This record gives sequence, structure tokens and C-alpha cells, in this order.
Amino acid sequence: MPDGATRAETATTRLRTRYDNFIGGAWKAPVKGRYFTDRSPIDGSTLCEIARSDAADVDAALDAAHAARKRWGNTSPAERARLLNVIADRIDANLELLATVETRDNGKPIRETMAADVPLSADHFRYFAACIRAEEGTIGEIDHDTIAYHFREPMGVVGQIIPWNFPLLMASWKMAPALAAGNCVVIKPASDTPMSMAVLMDIVGDVLPEGVLNVVFGHGAEVGTPLARSPRINKIAFTGETTTGRQIMQYAAETIIPQTMELGGKSPNIFFADVMDHDDAFLDKALEGFALFAFNKGEVCTCPSRALVQESIFDKFIEKAVARVARIKVGDPLDPATQMGAQCSQGQMEKILGYIDVGRQEGAKCLTGGERAHPGGKCEGGFYVQPTVFYGHNKMRVFQEEIFGPVLSVTTFKDLDDAIAIGNDTIYGLGAGVWSRNINNCYRVGREIEAGRVWTNCYHVYPAHAAFGGYKQSGFGRETHKLILDHYQQTKNLLVSYSPNALGLF
Amino acid sequence: MPDRVIVTPQARALVRRLRAHYGKLLFHLSGGCCEGSAPMCFRQSDFRVGARDVLLGAIDDTPFYVGAAQFPYWAYSELTVDVTTGGGDSFSLEAPDGVRFVVRSRLFTDEEAASLPAVGSGAPA
Repeated sequence: MPDGATRAETATTRLRTRYDNFIGGAWKAPVKGRYFTDRSPIDGSTLCEIARSDAADVDAALDAAHAARKRWGNTSPAERARLLNVIADRIDANLELLATVETRDNGKPIRETMAADVPLSADHFRYFAACIRAEEGTIGEIDHDTIAYHFREPMGVVGQIIPWNFPLLMASWKMAPALAAGNCVVIKPASDTPMSMAVLMDIVGDVLPEGVLNVVFGHGAEVGTPLARSPRINKIAFTGETTTGRQIMQYAAETIIPQTMELGGKSPNIFFADVMDHDDAFLDKALEGFALFAFNKGEVCTCPSRALVQESIFDKFIEKAVARVARIKVGDPLDPATQMGAQCSQGQMEKILGYIDVGRQEGAKCLTGGERAHPGGKCEGGFYVQPTVFYGHNKMRVFQEEIFGPVLSVTTFKDLDDAIAIGNDTIYGLGAGVWSRNINNCYRVGREIEAGRVWTNCYHVYPAHAAFGGYKQSGFGRETHKLILDHYQQTKNLLVSYSPNALGLF
Repeated sequence: MPDRVIVTPQARALVRRLRAHYGKLLFHLSGGCCEGSAPMCFRQSDFRVGARDVLLGAIDDTPFYVGAAQFPYWAYSELTVDVTTGGGDSFSLEAPDGVRFVVRSRLFTDEEAASLPAVGSGAPA
């Protein structure tokens, strides 16, 4: 029986200079023997070498997954849950190590990885361990002699493609429900940020039976494409941009498999005038909510990158809000005092600076920031951008295109209907925020905004027990919350007759 | 008549190298998170261009598309396709070589905008 939990914990928690693929319960060198260099955006330094895999490695991972598929699918929910809890415990026990690796590889502040990325990763494993134990099928009495039984069955082998903005957490969002539901997984971490997943496999690689969880490192074109296109996966999950999302859906159309797609957003953060009715803790909270576009340096699909402020308070509110943004401490993300670290890569930084240029060309008014940041010291080799706030109108490109950086575009609205209209004037629909002391404003905006999640008097909170996913071009399917188990399960109906008598038709 | 898509010599050289290696290519300008707003370079056989995709221009014989929903926002920008190093985990063909295509934008002047060519749509012939 799969019993990783009683084995000795993996001894290797030190960092290595080279990582292979994790296939069939062991580290396997890429078939072609190629590696690429993983660098830190903090200072450009080299972190490690990572397997540069291709279709042959994907095939090996699929072989391993298929070999493990039947046994894992038949493992009791209680046992699967126990092993997921072991993974959660090991993640918690290695909090500082994983948080440090994540910060070095992605550039996000250590205070975020210590408080959010890593603990939430562990919690998602615990949450889905709990869900799968509590899950039940259904029985329907069609008539006195005929019963419909509904069983939940695993899909089989699933492919998962992970983005670089929350490397460990997005992997956990996808792995935990898939594994809980009894699927075997072939997962491709982002080539910009592969290291935390590699380190994680050093920590938890012995927990699951071999072949249940397989990690293939490399580039989208060389690993993602053969994985997504394989006729040997039963489901594909993708988080990323729209063109590749479309490409993966086309592949899935060829093999007729289900997909979940999370493709980004341009989320409105709506501030009603009554937030300034009092100078109190709630106003302070709302101002923090305004500044949360800088969370994870804006590299979040749900970044509240459009702020809509009711015009009657605009001048007073924006003065306080911009001052709050201007105080954000940008610098070395390994410093616990740093609030905003490095953009994930040079290319990403260049894209963000390009959009700041577009905003200026469009005539948007830059209220703060607007330049590359130079924190000094070792960080001069890294990729930093000042938190930037533009004032303009919703038809501008900086209001409509996902910049994926610390750039906020602010405009005003007149009344509730205007707020809803501007909020919905976007091709995306992933997140939204609404801030008001009036519950009717909150409820009405919350129901009318076409987005999968509307944070109400809060923002950027990601509990496991709340569904996450997009409307419109932000994609489809949901992640987190127990209902995502549906995306990783088949429904088996047994329609049983307990009547001894023929139908009487022939 | 202004072109909507222009290309730096470095990007053109890379397109030609990929074209020689992979065969017929296309670009599709992405949106959304991560590599959103980056031009994705695919083999024509690896991406089915939709009937509503908008043809903005071409680099040699490689057509350059944007999705219909995104087009209104890119309609008045001159796009310069360039190459940069470092980063980008896209499915685009150049990424494994450690480089990535990027676009830089310049808004057309009113005079230029008035004389922009009509755009086509649909798959390459």
C-alpha cells in the first residue's frame, strides 16, 4: 500500500545546483541531457540548472502516470487524504526554505511568501484532503424498482501547466484537488520559476506512490505543447495568457478532453464616496485596498489594476491613496521590511515599462511612480519598477490591457450604475473589488459585475474554501473550493433495476 | 500608408531563422496574464487562426494577428516587433533559446490614423 508517511523524511532539504525531472518517484535526467539556467530577478544571479525537457520526457512521465493510475484511483479516500496531509505537514515544516527559494526565484517579497504563498500551499492540500473524505455520491429513486446511483470517479491522468507568478501556490491549487480526486498528475512548472517545485519534490517526493505525481521541467514549446497535445491525458489545466489558452483548447478539441482555463483579468476596484464618511479604520482599510495593486508587484491575474473612485470624493481620496502608494517600500525582496520586490524577469520589466510609455502617449496623467526603480546595491542587477498610478479614462489601453505589473489606472464614476458600466467595460472578468459602508451598494455591484470573484470590503484574500475563476475572456472552470473536484472527476451513473419483470416491449 | 506592424532587424533575423527551422509560421498577439501582450510565434500547423482574428500585418511571409476582442485597443498603435533576452515562459517557438519577441507601441498621429489600411481577418491562405 502507498505508505510514504511512515518512511523517513527526505533528508535532502539542502539546495542543489542542478535539478532533473521527477518521474515515477525518482529524479530522472532529461533524455537529451540538456539543462537551462534559472536566474534570480533580484540581482540576475544564477540559482541552479534545470532540466530542459522535451516530448520524450513528457512521454516518460505519462508512462509513469499511467502505470500508477489504476492503483491510485482505487486507493481509499481516507488514505489519499492522509498522504495529502503529510505533504501539507512537510510544506509547513519547510516554510522558511520554500519561502526563501520562492522569493529568490520569483522576486516576490519574503514577507508574502512566508505569510501567503507557502502556508496557503499547505492549506490547499489539507483542504482537499478534508473534502475528499467528506465527499459522497448520490442515490436517486427513479421509481419503486429503479435506482440511479452516482459515483465520482477520477479522470485518470491529468496535465497541468503552471504560471510563474505564484509558482508553488498555483501548483498546489492544481495538484491538491487532482490528487485528492484520485488522478495521476504530469505537471509543468514555468521555466522562469521552476525551483520551488524542484525543492518541493526533494521534500515530499517519497510521500506519494511512484508515478502519481510527475514533474517535467522545461519550456512551453518543448514541454507544454507535447503535454497538452498528448492523447494520453484526460484533462488539461492551464493558467496563462489568452493565445496559448486558445492553442491548448485547440489541442484539447483534437483529443476531446475537458479543460480549465485561467487567462488573466483587468479587475476593477470600486470605491464609493461613503468610504470617506469617517476617518477611521475602515477608511484605512480601503486605502490599503487601493494600494493592493502592488501586491506581488502587480503580477497577479486578479490585480486590482483599475481603480474606480466616486467623483464626489475623488480629490480627497486620491491624495491619501497616492500618498499611501508612494510609501510602498521597493527593494530587495529578501529583506523582511520590503513590500514590493523585483519583477519576475527582464522581459516582464520591459513590458511593464512599455505600458507606462503607452499610458503617457495616451495622455494618462502619472500621479506617482512611472519609472524603473533602482534600489541600489546588489539589486542593481535586478528588475524593479516603481509603483505607478495613472489617472485617465477607461477606453485607454492602460485601462484595458493586462499589464501584469505594479501599474494602476484610476478613473472616476458618477453613481452606482456608472460604476457597474465602467467596471464591466472590459473583455475580462476574473476579479473585482467593491468598497462601501452601504450594504446595498456592495450587494448590487457584487451581483452586477461580470467577474468570478467580487471581493467586498477586502481584496487579495485567497482562502481554499472560496471558488476562483473567470467570466468572459478570463477563462472558465473554477479553482479552489470543493467544487473544483468536479473538474477532476467523472460522474458514473449506475442505473439499476430491481424489478424481476421484463419491460414488455419485445 | 502607415504599416501597423514593423520589425527590427534583430527580430526579422530571428523570424527568418525560426522560419527556416520550423516551416511556415504565424504571430498571434496575446492578452491576459503572464506573457499577455507578447506576440506568440507558432508553426501555422500548431494554431488555428479563427475567422474573427484580425490580420494586422506580416513579417516577410509570416502573418501577424490579434484576437478580435483585443483589436479595438490595438487599432491605433504602431507595433514594433523586437527581440529581448531573459524571461518569458511562453509556448512561443523562440523562448527555449532564451530570447523572446516583444512589441513596443507608438500611438499613430491623427493624420496617420486617418490613412490606416483596412485590416483583414481569417486564416492565412
